[in-house]
Amino acid sequence: MSNNLSRRKLIATGLAATAGASGLAVAARIADQYGLVPPDYGGLYGPGATLTYAAQRLLTRHSMAREFSRSQISTSPRANGAPPKSESFKRLEAGGFADWRLAVDGLVARPTTFSVADLKKFPPSSQITQLICEEGWSYIGEWTGVPLFQVLNNVGILPQARYVVYLSFQPGWRNSIDMADALHPQTLVTYGMNGTDLPARFGGPLRVRVPRQLGYKNVKYATRLMVTDSLQGFGPKGQYSWYAGI
Amino acid sequence: MADSALDPSLTAAAAPVSSPRHTAVVRVTHWITALSFIALLVTGIEILISHPRFYWGEEGNVETPSLFDLPIPSSRASVVTGYGYVLPDQNGWSRALHFQAAWVAVLIGLFYAAYGLKTRHFRKNLLPAGADFSWGEILSHLRFRRPSEVENGSYNIVQRITYLIVIFVLFPLMIWTGLAMSPAFTSVFPASVTVFGGHQSARTIHFFVTVLLVLFVLVHVVMVYLAGFRRRMRAMITGHQEQA
Repeated sequence: MSNNLSRRKLIATGLAATAGASGLAVAARIADQYGLVPPDYGGLYGPGATLTYAAQRLLTRHSMAREFSRSQISTSPRANGAPPKSESFKRLEAGGFADWRLAVDGLVARPTTFSVADLKKFPPSSQITQLICEEGWSYIGEWTGVPLFQVLNNVGILPQARYVVYLSFQPGWRNSIDMADALHPQTLVTYGMNGTDLPARFGGPLRVRVPRQLGYKNVKYATRLMVTDSLQGFGPKGQYSWYAGI
Repeated sequence: MADSALDPSLTAAAAPVSSPRHTAVVRVTHWITALSFIALLVTGIEILISHPRFYWGEEGNVETPSLFDLPIPSSRASVVTGYGYVLPDQNGWSRALHFQAAWVAVLIGLFYAAYGLKTRHFRKNLLPAGADFSWGEILSHLRFRRPSEVENGSYNIVQRITYLIVIFVLFPLMIWTGLAMSPAFTSVFPASVTVFGGHQSARTIHFFVTVLLVLFVLVHVVMVYLAGFRRRMRAMITGHQEQA
């Protein structure tokens, strides 16, 4: 190969790399604007997490999680863990969770606290969907609750809202979703399962159900929903990816 | 790029000379795929350890009977394995690396497939020629004997069929069954999972295709060793091989 040719090749490669890098920077800005960049885009596994989130967000804009027939509801669902053992939880459970409260605050017009009875006054929604754990197991159940978007509309979300953080009665348990999932019709604050009140071992009295994402986004014992424009201080915990559509 | 055309002026030289064997695209995509396969295998095993039970149909968990269990310890106390200990949970980074490596494998695979079609690499080097196809020939290669010198320049019939199956059946099936386990992906393409009979069926097939790919890699590495490790590695790294 002649010297001349390799020099020309080198210049062409350099130009292509520069164009590629600046193209990538522009693409990143546009992607962020359209909500295609997850909060955990940085770090070693950021590229993979970002590709997955962007691809699935583009694909799933109007999609609905698969629903099943009543005959497919599991006769042996898996609770995965026991309810909180604290005295305060036991007291609430003994009182039929009449004193359980769900606070909705953050970037909302009217911060409000709901009891389970308050939530049951919203038009209910039911779904027979599959809960899939990241470990590999799964079960099909019927969940009943109020669509999260109805609760959010009730308190009035402010235009800067980007995420909904949900906190659990279990200390340290929390998770969050973007507005695309928060406003999705199948995202529920559930209070019923398989025709009865949601059993405590399945997260009762209130569990967030996000059927297009894996089990760990479906936080049990919900006590607070916080609408926010940033996950600073409430970001993904541990090494589990924030977006769990796969 | 010429396959193994022997240039008389080169073979006449006293010092060992080389002939072209693999194109740059084949070599680069081969090694990137190899690296992502290792990452996918290691992280896949880590994820599997958290639930070494398999099911058929839509659902399955420790409360339901399994299709079969792997006789290995688990990283979850909730799975009864018969072992007296629980392995540490490695699913966080394993899942993140699994999907990142999957993206690399998919993107490089698409690039390789486009290249192979455009340059007629599949037709020229992998599609078995009609004349090569005889059961005697296939059976003789299946005895995994040391390959003859003729095979330094091109692939034999068993290699061709195997590579085509790996490239066009096993890898696509691996990616497909992986996507069929994603609740977001199946919300858009429900048939991608129902065609297998359900979520757990897709997971079980994902496992069996892994077993086939691992078997392929083992035989592949053994054959490289039998054929002359240095020579074959040199061909796949530099693109050239010494003339005998």
